[in-house]
Amino acid sequence: MAARAVWLAFRGGLGRRQAFSTKANVQGSGRITVEVIEHLERLALVDFGSREAVARLEKAVAFADRLREVDTDGVEPMESVLEDRCLYLRSDNVAEGNCAEELLQNSHRVMEEYFVAPPGNISLPKLDKQESFLHS
Amino acid sequence: MAAPMLRGVSPVRRWSLAWVDGGSRHRRTSPNGSTSNRIREQSSVAQQPLHTAQKPRKGGHKWAAVVGLEIHAQISSNSKLFSGSQVSFTAPPNSLVSFFDASLPGTLPVLNRRCVEAAVMTGLALNCRINKKSLFDRKHYFYADLPAGYQITQQRLPIAANGSLSYGVFVGNRWSHMATKTVRIKQIQLEQDSGKSLHDDLRSQTLIDLNRAGVGLLEVVMEPDLSCGEEAAAVVKELQLILQALGTSQANMAEGQLRVDANISVHHPGEPLGIRTEVKNLNSIRFLARAIDHEIQRQINELESGGEILNETRSFDPKLGCTVPMRDKEGKQDYRFMPEPNLPPLVLYDTASLPAGADSQQVINIDQIRDALPELPSATRKRLVQQYGMLPEHSFALLNEAGLLQFFQNVMKETRAEPKKVTSWVLNTLLGYLKHHNLAVSESPITPSALAGLLDLLDSKAISSSAAKQVFEELWKGEAKTAAQIVSEKQLELMQDQEALERLCQSMMEGHPQVVMDMKKGNPRAINKLIGLVRKATLNRADPAVIKDTLERLSS
Repeated sequence: MAARAVWLAFRGGLGRRQAFSTKANVQGSGRITVEVIEHLERLALVDFGSREAVARLEKAVAFADRLREVDTDGVEPMESVLEDRCLYLRSDNVAEGNCAEELLQNSHRVMEEYFVAPPGNISLPKLDKQESFLHS
Repeated sequence: MAAPMLRGVSPVRRWSLAWVDGGSRHRRTSPNGSTSNRIREQSSVAQQPLHTAQKPRKGGHKWAAVVGLEIHAQISSNSKLFSGSQVSFTAPPNSLVSFFDASLPGTLPVLNRRCVEAAVMTGLALNCRINKKSLFDRKHYFYADLPAGYQITQQRLPIAANGSLSYGVFVGNRWSHMATKTVRIKQIQLEQDSGKSLHDDLRSQTLIDLNRAGVGLLEVVMEPDLSCGEEAAAVVKELQLILQALGTSQANMAEGQLRVDANISVHHPGEPLGIRTEVKNLNSIRFLARAIDHEIQRQINELESGGEILNETRSFDPKLGCTVPMRDKEGKQDYRFMPEPNLPPLVLYDTASLPAGADSQQVINIDQIRDALPELPSATRKRLVQQYGMLPEHSFALLNEAGLLQFFQNVMKETRAEPKKVTSWVLNTLLGYLKHHNLAVSESPITPSALAGLLDLLDSKAISSSAAKQVFEELWKGEAKTAAQIVSEKQLELMQDQEALERLCQSMMEGHPQVVMDMKKGNPRAINKLIGLVRKATLNRADPAVIKDTLERLSS
């Protein structure tokens, strides 16, 4: 199910040249576009710094694609592997907290018991501003 | 400690497909390419057929506004939604934060039973279908006050859906006639609150306090059934009253326990919906109404002068009295919703489906919760109208002011006076004085007992109504005197001696024969003049109506 969700997200981003085929085209480049890479890098803050990384991504997608070969007609998808477990309900008592000092030790910068962060999110530089290895 | 300026800093959140623009020149599709968002945002608003762009006709063409509200209410509970740290509004920074709230590795969410009950209660009170199975998801975005990088929410299958909320609006321009309208509730979901960001512009940094991170929220998503600021204000007020009656949230907007975002667009009736903007940072019901009306007008002005509306987030600036664009650095948001892997589905039961021998601490019975629901505001108002025969408008007024209903009921307990009289004195006189002096009901210098005493005197005709007003004025001073004491001190008692009054009237009439003749001719001013003279003679201690009767009787 998790892999299926990943697949759906990629499908959503891939856009025009759509391959609804069940047989995955493993031969790499062009299937995962520059826009998708940029989008993913921004969302997940990972760095697809090399051609190898992108190729590995494509192989991962192809690997997950093999799930589509399974006939799931009439089968209800699972919600999670825990779906048969009971969700434990905790009673509404205060039992934690009061450890500001310990928590603040984890922070690079601290000011009077506040964590210090940069002023708002810092945008990633645009793709054309940085070296684009896909185009090089 | 320096006080850095606090600014609304939640990142832009996109709400895609309910609002497809077909009418303006620049067609905008959903900013989100993500399919998973599309699944969520299947709008219940009918998708209008897209037709080719038309130039908007200037003037003479009516505009209709469409307003949808998303409301976040902080759940009133001792501890947070998924951890055991305390929920409190004021506390030293980061002192109410557990390892889970700080998102330290190795920590897991544990669901708070009270929060689930609060969600079920609220869902039932809003006529929703309670989903016996609901799921938790992760909504990912990066912001410093969200340490995990995601918020646990219920996107796929929330705990409650398809409800309605009835509210009252004044009809037309007459502020005395109320009509009931309904807004549909799309869904109610449980989710985590984020921490607080304080912007320190001076040092170009943000200070993060995670005390609020992980506090349980109820998100109430409404369908865009509203059309103006007044309706939105009424809806929010009613929701506030409901949440307070249930005890599920204190719903104090000023303290951030109730946060409202409004989605606003305008269009010509019959044409497709326009582009919407989202307005945030609405901290009071009054601002809410003003901001929405202002944004509607801004959009109309913009479109009528040939401009276009951007699908953006705007913030209401109360000082300027207008909405301004918020900094929108991230552009299109893709939240990459995924199931929360650490939480199994939340299963609720009713009496029929309750498993035998189940641990009562571990199961939640919807029927049990339904039976234990307190009286909701709409039921209270109905009861007031039936029990006391008051107008619906009055029942609304009694409930809308905190503590006023209790005050009214306490007065009713102690007085013999008619409910109509009590209602009038409480809503007109008492509330008028309170508003004028900017006091809450709890700060009223006049106690329910004091007012009851005054009304008893009035009811037994011991004093006139004008004397009663004087007594009220005296009571307001807050000295520990009863109404009866004030009346005797100031000699405000009505003249009880009918014979003495008759003699006075007689002598007055004899002293002014000309006026008497005018009176007999039917001149209304003549009788009023006589009444005035008699009143003065009695030192205002006679009831004008009784004087009038006596004069008329004597002169006939």
